[in-house]
Amino acid sequence: MGGRRASLPLVSRLCTSVKPRNNWVQKRSFITAKDLVVEEQPSGEEEKRAVTNKLNLFSAVNQALLTVLESDPKSYVFGEDVGFGGVFRCTTGLRDRFGKHRVFNTPLCEQAILGFGIGLASMGNRAIAEIQFADYIFPALDQIVNEAAKYRYRSGNLFNCGGLTVRAPYGAVGHGGHYHSQSPEAFFCHVPGIKVVIPRSPAQAKGLLLASIRDPNPVVFFEPKMLYRMAVEEVPVDDYTLPLSSAEVMRKGSDITLVGWGAQLTLMEQACDEASKEGISCELIDLRTLIPWDKELVEASVNKTGRLLVSHEAPLTGGFGAEIAASITESCFLRLEAPVSRVCGLDTPFPLVFEPFYMPTKNKILDAIKASVKF
Amino acid sequence: MNGSRSMLRLATAALRQGSSLPGSAGKGAYCKTEFLVRGYAADADAYDKMPDSGKKPDSGEIVVEIPVKFNLHLLESGPPQEAITTKEELMKSYTDMSVIRRAEISADMLFKSQMIRGFCHLYDGQEAVAVGMERALTFDDSVITAYRDHGIFLGRGGTALELFSELMGKKTGCALGKGGSMHLYHRKHNFWGGWGIVGSVPPLGAGLAFAHKYMKKPNVVVAIYGDGAGNQGQLYEAQNLAALWNLPLILLIENNHFGMGTAEWRASKKVTHYDRVPYIPGIKADGMDMFSVREAFKYCKEHCLAGKGPIMLEADTYRYHGHSMSDPGSTYRSRKEIQGMRQERDPIERIRKIILTEELVTKEELKDLDKKIRAEVEDAAAKAREEPFPSDDELFANIYKADSGLVAYGCDRRKTKVEMP
Repeated sequence: MGGRRASLPLVSRLCTSVKPRNNWVQKRSFITAKDLVVEEQPSGEEEKRAVTNKLNLFSAVNQALLTVLESDPKSYVFGEDVGFGGVFRCTTGLRDRFGKHRVFNTPLCEQAILGFGIGLASMGNRAIAEIQFADYIFPALDQIVNEAAKYRYRSGNLFNCGGLTVRAPYGAVGHGGHYHSQSPEAFFCHVPGIKVVIPRSPAQAKGLLLASIRDPNPVVFFEPKMLYRMAVEEVPVDDYTLPLSSAEVMRKGSDITLVGWGAQLTLMEQACDEASKEGISCELIDLRTLIPWDKELVEASVNKTGRLLVSHEAPLTGGFGAEIAASITESCFLRLEAPVSRVCGLDTPFPLVFEPFYMPTKNKILDAIKASVKF
Repeated sequence: MNGSRSMLRLATAALRQGSSLPGSAGKGAYCKTEFLVRGYAADADAYDKMPDSGKKPDSGEIVVEIPVKFNLHLLESGPPQEAITTKEELMKSYTDMSVIRRAEISADMLFKSQMIRGFCHLYDGQEAVAVGMERALTFDDSVITAYRDHGIFLGRGGTALELFSELMGKKTGCALGKGGSMHLYHRKHNFWGGWGIVGSVPPLGAGLAFAHKYMKKPNVVVAIYGDGAGNQGQLYEAQNLAALWNLPLILLIENNHFGMGTAEWRASKKVTHYDRVPYIPGIKADGMDMFSVREAFKYCKEHCLAGKGPIMLEADTYRYHGHSMSDPGSTYRSRKEIQGMRQERDPIERIRKIILTEELVTKEELKDLDKKIRAEVEDAAAKAREEPFPSDDELFANIYKADSGLVAYGCDRRKTKVEMP
């Protein structure tokens, strides 16, 4: 039922729009949709997207996986403990619905999970591997860097593993300690051949995950675990994708450009609000895809504002903020009014009790915004 | 009880009948839980027998039978099925295991009241492995384990105060509060930690063992991992290294049959670990019987020090709690099974029965000892609560060696510079 109802009285419309052939037409006691004068319809996508559900991040991911498993019979979801729903409930209900030959547990072997996924994907299947925490992805790093990223390239396009998607929860939760809080995205951003995608909210996560799974290249999809339950948003119920390698401007501004991804954007938004009270107008950009990243949009924004601040949870040295800073300095050097600012985690292993000192908090970001503007 | 064998026979018969002693379940009434029916537990009938003990008159020694047979792989003969012990050893083992048990219960309560944050993987149920191991080794032997390390730390001579301080992240913890539950260490007694990643320990153990051999020390290295780590690639690499270079490495598998929530038969094609490698011998011991573990370790230490290379030791054990504090432990195991284990195979109960049968101390004295241990452990927890957190300079300390790495300065510690000696 897609039409918007006409606002004029129905009977008069009926008389004007329907040419009576027989008497019996005018005696119809019911009005069908065809009889109504249809005004300018809004575009199909917006109409479809109008139906939404209030979901949190893990439910949005669950919906995306459900959509893929339904639409493509050659798609598989596997990883440690995904059968019962996963430790973050992202895969709840999938095994019951699609069977254990499509949604199945693997033993505790990350390197083998990735290798297995690459093999499965090279035969034309959609292999959606889950690594239980991003901190455990390192045994699999060899398979991702040396096998997945290079397969298409080194075989001259004879073979590829584009159907591979690796999902992993990343980021700090407040009490995670050394091995449940790391942000390893920088390691993967150094590898041409794969894509790295990080959503900031449930609606973004569903669209980006569907796009990542359908992208014909291997994708590493990091989900901010802090937001699994905390972020709640209206998520469209249907199948939709958001474009990869396309950053999104979350709010427009004129004084400084802020670039971030994932859970960090929440803090950056708060810092922007506080900065606007002091008259600083901030432009906030969600990068969404880290490699290949949307350089044009960020450059256009910096050319407008003249200042850049990048923020991420990962340690400062060698983090992805360094790449953005170097790139923008190269292309917008003469336009920059202040050095590129990076507000990141400290250069220590992710600490236990010192987490509040380590994290790039809202005040650190606000401080850096002010310093940049006053440079 | 002095000597008379007829009285002893009566007492042990009473034990078998499961009479009035605490914790006994009655003859033949052990639950045939799902766990046991699957058949990978050791000989199920063995659980009907209570530990038979006999005192050799006038020697002060007590002979304890080990009811569960050792399974051997690539070995002609194994450890003896009888252990000789003394009153001192029994009392010390009972105390050590009770301290571990009480410490884990305290840690449970502290975690639930949010004094301990992060992760907490409890060891109760597996005490016999830690304590049996220490009875056979010295503090010059090295031990390295994964994240379920509270029991191993206490067994290695760590104090309850150091343990609780570390769990709560306080300065007085064994790792200065920077490690937490999963990273306990004891330098002096060669406890190399407390490691977070599953499967990372065996290669580390191989390296330690190489160093020990190189320095010609009469010591072994025990690298501990669980059944969940049995399918990690680095384990096989470490096994090959250790066997190739004949390293004095004991690979101890604490097989509690569940890797987080996944039962071993769902994760592994082969559920036993001691016989997985065709070129490394192995023994399977009853991990809930301290004497079984002790004898197996004595045998393994001899094996390694005789230059015969590495050996696998699988301890068939069980953890009462879930994988960690966020796991209730009952969604993948039946309560009947857990209770069955507590009644039938609890390691502390076993020692208690031997002590009481032999009348080494009276029931009241044992109760007093229990109370004393409980009070000491709870005092340690209370004291640890009052301790201070580490100071801010600790944040950047020890990333590199002092004076040869990074120094952070500025109020937000953002600026760093390199300081070389």
